[in-house]
Amino acid sequence: MKQLWHLITSLKLTVVCLSFSMLIVFVGTLAQVEQGLYLVQDRYFKSLFVFWGPEGSDWQIPIMPGGYLVGILLMINLIAAFMAKFKWTRKKIGICISHLGIILLLLGQLATDLLSRESAMEIKEGATSSHSSDFRINELVIIDQGNPAKDKVYALAESLVQSKQGAIINNPSLPFQLKIEAFWPNVSLTGTLEDSQGQLKADHADYQRVEATTGFSNVYLKPMPPQTSMDSRDTRAAIIEVMDGGTSVGKWFVATILDPQTWTYQGREYSIGMRAKRYYEDFSMTLLKATHENYTGTNEPRNFASRVQLRNRQTGEDREVLIYMNHPLRYQGLTFYQYQMTAGEMVQRQGLDPSSTFQVVKNPTWVSPYLACVMVGLGLTIQFMIHLVGFLRKRRPNTTALEPSSAST
Amino acid sequence: MKTKIPYFVTALFGLMMLSALREPKPAGPMNDVGFGRIPVLREGRLQPLDSVAMNALIQIRGTRKVPLDGQDAKGSWGDLNQLAQNGGVQLTERKWYQFSKRPRKLNASQWLMEVMMHPEIADQRYIFAINHPELLDELGLMEAGLERSGLRYFTFLEMRPHYPAIMGHARSAFDREEALRSPFEKAVLKTYQALNIYLELKNTMAPEDAHDMVAELDTYLASIGPGIEAWRLQNQGQEHDENQLNLFSSYMDRFQLLSGARTLMIPPERQAGASDDWSTIGTNLITAIQTRTIKPAIQSFASMQSAFHHGRADQFNQSLDQYLNSLQAGYQTEVKRTGIEYRYNRYSPFYRSSVLYLFAFLLACMSWFRDSDGMRRTAVMLIALAALIHTVGLITRMLIEGRPPVTNLYSSAVFVGWGAVLLGLVIERVYKDGIGSAIASLVGLLSLIIAHNLSLTGDTMGVLRAVLDTNFWLATHVVIITLGYASTFVSGFLGIIYVMRGFLPGSLPESTAKSLAKMVYGVVCFSTLFSFVGTVLGGIWADQSWGRFWGWDPKENGALLIVIWNALILHARWGGMIRERGLMNLAIFGNIVTAFSWFGVNMLGVGLHSYGFMSAAFKWLMIFNFTQIKLIAIGMIASHHWQANRWAVWTVCLLNAMQGLWILTQAQWEVAQWATLALMLALEATLFFYLVGRKLSPSKMRQVTA
Repeated sequence: MKQLWHLITSLKLTVVCLSFSMLIVFVGTLAQVEQGLYLVQDRYFKSLFVFWGPEGSDWQIPIMPGGYLVGILLMINLIAAFMAKFKWTRKKIGICISHLGIILLLLGQLATDLLSRESAMEIKEGATSSHSSDFRINELVIIDQGNPAKDKVYALAESLVQSKQGAIINNPSLPFQLKIEAFWPNVSLTGTLEDSQGQLKADHADYQRVEATTGFSNVYLKPMPPQTSMDSRDTRAAIIEVMDGGTSVGKWFVATILDPQTWTYQGREYSIGMRAKRYYEDFSMTLLKATHENYTGTNEPRNFASRVQLRNRQTGEDREVLIYMNHPLRYQGLTFYQYQMTAGEMVQRQGLDPSSTFQVVKNPTWVSPYLACVMVGLGLTIQFMIHLVGFLRKRRPNTTALEPSSAST
Repeated sequence: MKTKIPYFVTALFGLMMLSALREPKPAGPMNDVGFGRIPVLREGRLQPLDSVAMNALIQIRGTRKVPLDGQDAKGSWGDLNQLAQNGGVQLTERKWYQFSKRPRKLNASQWLMEVMMHPEIADQRYIFAINHPELLDELGLMEAGLERSGLRYFTFLEMRPHYPAIMGHARSAFDREEALRSPFEKAVLKTYQALNIYLELKNTMAPEDAHDMVAELDTYLASIGPGIEAWRLQNQGQEHDENQLNLFSSYMDRFQLLSGARTLMIPPERQAGASDDWSTIGTNLITAIQTRTIKPAIQSFASMQSAFHHGRADQFNQSLDQYLNSLQAGYQTEVKRTGIEYRYNRYSPFYRSSVLYLFAFLLACMSWFRDSDGMRRTAVMLIALAALIHTVGLITRMLIEGRPPVTNLYSSAVFVGWGAVLLGLVIERVYKDGIGSAIASLVGLLSLIIAHNLSLTGDTMGVLRAVLDTNFWLATHVVIITLGYASTFVSGFLGIIYVMRGFLPGSLPESTAKSLAKMVYGVVCFSTLFSFVGTVLGGIWADQSWGRFWGWDPKENGALLIVIWNALILHARWGGMIRERGLMNLAIFGNIVTAFSWFGVNMLGVGLHSYGFMSAAFKWLMIFNFTQIKLIAIGMIASHHWQANRWAVWTVCLLNAMQGLWILTQAQWEVAQWATLALMLALEATLFFYLVGRKLSPSKMRQVTA
């Protein structure tokens, strides 16, 4: 027991953990070239172990620790060392403060991983929006359009759709049930297999026809591996059978790149579709003007800025806000960043509507790195100043003693 | 008397550096100095024409000057164009050993004057650098052009017939993803780009076939009225003067071409301040249809063109002065700023300081072996002088750009050097043993060489993309992290000095070893602080602009690696897992870590992606890593082994010299080349293992350590 405690508090464990963290970061950086950022984050940094298996086979073995494992070990090591070894003396105060800062930073990042949420809000100039769409997560939606004043949306998370394949899902507020016939995490779609001359397209041989009876039925799909590039997202697809008791009402093919399809059931209009998960807010934003400036005589962007009208019916707020590069809007626990923009001369010439997309981030622990930076910076500075002053004080008599001898050489 | 020598040497160098600061004089009868100072707007940035010229020349030729003299195969020396006219073949520039020859050269402004105002002459200058053998072969240029140490330069007249072919290749290369382009395709694109820059510059001030712009403008102005009238009549289907219409529309075509120029030469009408609204000469000439007048600025440029084209220096200088004086009215600040930039270009402060660093480094190293305090002090003073020039250069750049010191990879190299020099000088001040000054001068020199190579891609003061356009974060995050790089390199090079001095017989006394260990420890503490704070500030900037503190992006990971590595060294030292030598070896490995995060991550899309291809920079990075690992290997063996086995020292030196030669001389790396290298490495490794396994007898040990 004592030995274990000794190991847990030892600097050896620190050095081993730091070495492994270097290895993980290095390998994880190189792996991004092939696997893309998101996959690498999940496999290397946000995991307990990094697994590897030969391509095409089912089994995988852990080959090195993942970021979470090393992070947890470092935390244990650090906290244990705090309890066992650290002393709040004047000489060691810098060490204590900086290590507390590290603990705060690591915990803050863990909390960010667990609690933060990123989504995008796209608004056309003049239009208003009060929701944003998740970057990665999608959902199956049934929209009840019976009430003309307000649509009622029933959403089913894609993870549920995936895990409940073949099952029947029953929601008491809906007059029908849903049977999930099939689900694909990523597909490529085409409407026809022939080219303009009526020949079968060479690379479309492995497409299969979608077995849907209603709505989009003349569609062919091919399952695809997940996307690795940062800016493209997977196309999720599913076949949903709408059931009334034991009888089938129809089979719909839904996909994230297709619009929801509408049908009438028992006199009410319903839509079914697959789309990015939406988050609704209590306030709305109207894009007044999107500005994309270039440096004169170049295509180099100088600034992207969006002027928006922020309205909150609950608080009665109604004000104009400017969101531009490096100047986000923080409001009600959310932060709005200028993310993408379709505006400027080129867009005008092409006759497109200017629009602006904000990245909407909800991160309750965003302050932690700011604090941690101050603590570690301060702690290290104090500690090294103590070292430096001590070192110079020790040295001064030495140098004077050495002076005559160095002059004689 | 002896103690005065350092002051004397430094004063001499200082005078040399000062004398170069004199007001530059025109190099020929045509005032190139005044021309080079004309402010223009290019690539979104207000700059003197000299910068336009220099950046274009660097992109086209890779040099800042154009040689006029050389020799042919028979060895007769003279003007290159005359040699070519007299049937001279295999033209070469001055060879490195021909000290007596002083070839005439055009500076960048002089070259641009020819390009803009007398393109027939510029077309015969040897400026297009093509080095890819396959491309040279394909274009049939193997024997043509001007040669210098294996590099070939061609005139526009030589290139012109091949333009369609180059364009065809460039089109197909352009369709390919950048990371997948072959060296051939890259060479094609570079040549294509160079030709386009040249063509564009030729059609900036006047159409390239214009002989007398003043006369042309007069006839143009006179043709506007009748031309429009004829056009109106034609549109109404009535009888009209066909000649007038043709004349008018031919001018429209000519000036349309000019309006595509990327150098905006005409300042806006309103008073100074914003750099917006500058325009090309072409656009202004076209709008003259409505105004029926030609702006005075354009008249000045036309007058310069006519005078230059006909060799009338007086008239040229007069029109130039007139134009520059006219700018004094509303553009005083602009003229002042571009004037500073002109002086900066001509002075090349970083080149001057790197020469001084080289001298100082040699002196510092010699001072260890001769144990000469005079040499050491001379080295220190020279470094201080070089650092002063380095600092002035940095500050001038900051003034010109209106930005903190680091804005791109080039300026980060300059700043890393600067930080390392200051840190080295501080170390020297504390220890006074020639080590700090050796580090200062070596890292200063190396980083300025790297910076020079980075500058070959074009303008080093280019405008910043929207997200980078924030002086606050550039001044905090970027500056601090760059100082972190600098100090990590300083500790790494201190480690190298330790290892090398332990390796070479009798050059590492125990006191020096001890103080080196203290230096490295102190510098690692410094780097930990700076790289940590710099990295976290980078995260905070990312949080401000992209909405996430940490995203595991390659550049972020690179910075994190440096932080972890420095922390690891400190913890290993505190835990007693490493001692003096271990500390040094880990510090040297820090060089690899820092080089990876500084440059390696930028190459991820390039170097590791496509097979059989290495960009030049990637090759040098690998060679650097290779040398660092070898140094660590030498450092793994205790100094007393080397001291006791002098033969081993010589063998290792010989083997390494052979490896170095092999790596640098082999152009194609096939199995045979790798196998030979592996064999040499295996021999060296065997020697290392033998040494590690050998025990020294106590008597021998005593002898060595004494």
